[in-house]
Amino acid sequence: MSKESDRGEKMSMKNIYKIQLIGVGGQGTIKASTIVGEAAMKKGLNVVMSEVHGMAQRGGTVVTELKIGEAHSPLIEEGAADLLIAFEPTEALRALDKVGRDSFVIVNSSPIVPFTVSLGISEYPELSSVFEEIKAKINNLLVIDAQKIAKEAGSIISENMVLLGAAVATPEFPIDKDLIIQSMKENLPPKSIETNLKTFESGFELAKKGGKSIGI
Amino acid sequence: MKVKEILTEKEGGKLFLLGNEAAVRGALESGVSVASTYPGTPSSETGDVFYKIAREAGVYFEFSSNEKVALEVSTAAAAAGLRSFVFMKHVGLNVAADSFMSTVYTGVRGGMIVLSADDPSMYSSQNEQDNRIMARLAGIPLLEPSNPQEVKDLMKFGFELSEKFKIPVLMRTTTRISHMRGVVNLGTIIQGKEKGYFKKDPSQFIVAPAYVVKMRKELIEKLNQIEEKAKNSPLNKIIDKGGREIGIITSGSAFNYVMDVVSENNLKVKILKLTFSYPFPEKLVLDFINSVDNILIAEEVEPVMEKKVLTIIGKYNIKKKVYGKLDGTLPRIYEYNPDIVEAGMAKIVDKELIKREKFSTKLSLPLRSAVLCPGCPHRATYFALKKAIKKLKLKEEEIIFSTDIGCYALGLEPPYKMGDYCISMGSSLGIGCGFSKTTNQKIISFIGDSTFFHAGIPPLVNAVHNRDKILLVVMDNRITGMTGGQTNPGVPVDGMGNPAPEISIEKIARGVGVGLVKTIDPVDLKETEEIFKEALQFEGVAVVITKHPCAMITDAENRKKGISIKYTVNQEECSKCLICVKNFTCPAIYIEKDSSVNINPLLCDGCGVCAQVCPKKAIEVKK
Repeated sequence: MSKESDRGEKMSMKNIYKIQLIGVGGQGTIKASTIVGEAAMKKGLNVVMSEVHGMAQRGGTVVTELKIGEAHSPLIEEGAADLLIAFEPTEALRALDKVGRDSFVIVNSSPIVPFTVSLGISEYPELSSVFEEIKAKINNLLVIDAQKIAKEAGSIISENMVLLGAAVATPEFPIDKDLIIQSMKENLPPKSIETNLKTFESGFELAKKGGKSIGI
Repeated sequence: MKVKEILTEKEGGKLFLLGNEAAVRGALESGVSVASTYPGTPSSETGDVFYKIAREAGVYFEFSSNEKVALEVSTAAAAAGLRSFVFMKHVGLNVAADSFMSTVYTGVRGGMIVLSADDPSMYSSQNEQDNRIMARLAGIPLLEPSNPQEVKDLMKFGFELSEKFKIPVLMRTTTRISHMRGVVNLGTIIQGKEKGYFKKDPSQFIVAPAYVVKMRKELIEKLNQIEEKAKNSPLNKIIDKGGREIGIITSGSAFNYVMDVVSENNLKVKILKLTFSYPFPEKLVLDFINSVDNILIAEEVEPVMEKKVLTIIGKYNIKKKVYGKLDGTLPRIYEYNPDIVEAGMAKIVDKELIKREKFSTKLSLPLRSAVLCPGCPHRATYFALKKAIKKLKLKEEEIIFSTDIGCYALGLEPPYKMGDYCISMGSSLGIGCGFSKTTNQKIISFIGDSTFFHAGIPPLVNAVHNRDKILLVVMDNRITGMTGGQTNPGVPVDGMGNPAPEISIEKIARGVGVGLVKTIDPVDLKETEEIFKEALQFEGVAVVITKHPCAMITDAENRKKGISIKYTVNQEECSKCLICVKNFTCPAIYIEKDSSVNINPLLCDGCGVCAQVCPKKAIEVKK
């Protein structure tokens, strides 16, 4: 038995593992969440998830919340997320109310600047100040240039799998890597699965090494 | 998971389903024969699943032209002895209300479930109405699931209840149930009958005064019998955490928040979960009230159960405190969440609840408002119309832009600012008729293709007949876009995915006698502007149909064909006039830190309209 399959033991002690994902429409936030949820189900765990539909798809913020374990509501209490996966730097700040000092935060360092900034009706903060603000509050921050890694693997749209790979490598993540991979295979188009697995592995390795420095 | 698995996964299996998907599986496990809807968030995915599997499942499914028609289709099926399922968003039930109310009177023969997906906090809706009140207005039994498994199980229960008492049943979900995913244990799928037979009985199916007087009495008798059923139903259950100080009566999503708060804080309370919640099981609730010291009601959105509990307390002269919305323990409006419920409970329990450090940011975050997609044909329509108005020297600030429910309502945002009035499906034109008669202002109404079929035709008839002066722009993007891309009567495919007659908006407009009718592809900006100029000067009702497929369709087609056209800015030619950024405002076009204008190739959909917008011809196809 590999060490991977010991995962979930922690679950029974901790009861409920809470994951918040946040991104911008089109980044594959919901897909990444569904992959985690189905993998949790395969492991025999209870899992509930909340996802946003409708007008939010048109360039807006997309939030999904997952509770793995004996929870009724998928909505995460303020400050209670065990893990935050932010697909965009400023979106991490938008979800700051959901994390606590000991939460694990993974942030994609590639910004998506909305048209409102070009129009002059809103501003995009300096990236360095975004990360400084998160670092000042959170003990476990991992910043990843998912766009760069996805590009290197040959698919710019698989950023979400880089971040998922990193999440699975975090110490308390409750689901085995092979179950996540199985769930990826069942949820992603067969023709892109190879690229997605490659980017997933890159994210996983990077997080295992603790590649915190990228982008800061 | 693939959508098909909702049909193919066997009994004993498990799927990670949305509430909306679980409703489909529940219908299939109940032997449903007919399903109908008009798409509306948060109920839309239910229709999307039926669209993909109905043919294989042997179920008849349609995207009806509006919710009233959808309800009537299912009503007739149930009158013919088949099981039918009609679903819609909460305000859709307003459209269907006329027939809905009467169907409760006439009753049904086959089982019939009406699902209303309410939208607390109005994530994608025009109001926050609580359709549990509709249940009471109509006198229809009500089921309130708390998670996808319950959605599925309640479909089966609902059909049996419906058939036993010959009455339709209302299932009320909320956004957090419709769009919640959870593990669902599957049962066996039953093949429904393909055709029914309608046995005539005017005394049951004609709501003439002579008959309805009797129906009214029968309905009340049915409800009394059903209340007895609700009282003893295992769906209404007590969860005893030891302790009688606080008794919590709750339903739907609020139940989930209560449970999580209670278990996180290890609270000793007693909970009554009402799932079969109307007719309100008075005796059961009375017994519960008597078993605790004080009562908290946790429900979304209106204080429906709370008022009923207060009535019971008054009726039986009970001296107990009732906490809820009416005394401010919980908020009166908007969706709940665990923090809100916890804050409410903290006020009344004799225990310190978990407190967590709460972070927030000092930085101002970029605004990500909803926006028309890159390549959206509506942007071209608005741009051309704005130019035509300017060329004719009309005062834009005096024109009334009466818009409607659909993506194009985003035209109210800068820089277009073409949206002054919008209240309901089809209202653009009815409101336009009113302003035409009561002001001297120019009126431009916008409506989408699907909304036109839904509720745009009667006001068009009205406008022509009453000699109004309106320009109606039908923004025909060949799809029901905002709800995710469903078919509608204007496209040559039906809800089963079969070829279907395509209804011509242009022919309808001509048929009702509209004086000027033009159809144009708005991606041709120059020609569109010319047509708008002509239409704006027309005395009477003018209809301009701007017809171009939604970017979701063209993007999918291009992907399939392997076509990838991207536009780019030739920096040598660009004068930085910023017309493309400030006046056209495609989300793919942005200003770089060095102040150069660029196009994000990831977002660009290759529509090429920006190239027509650029006065310097600096935007060109990327090689």
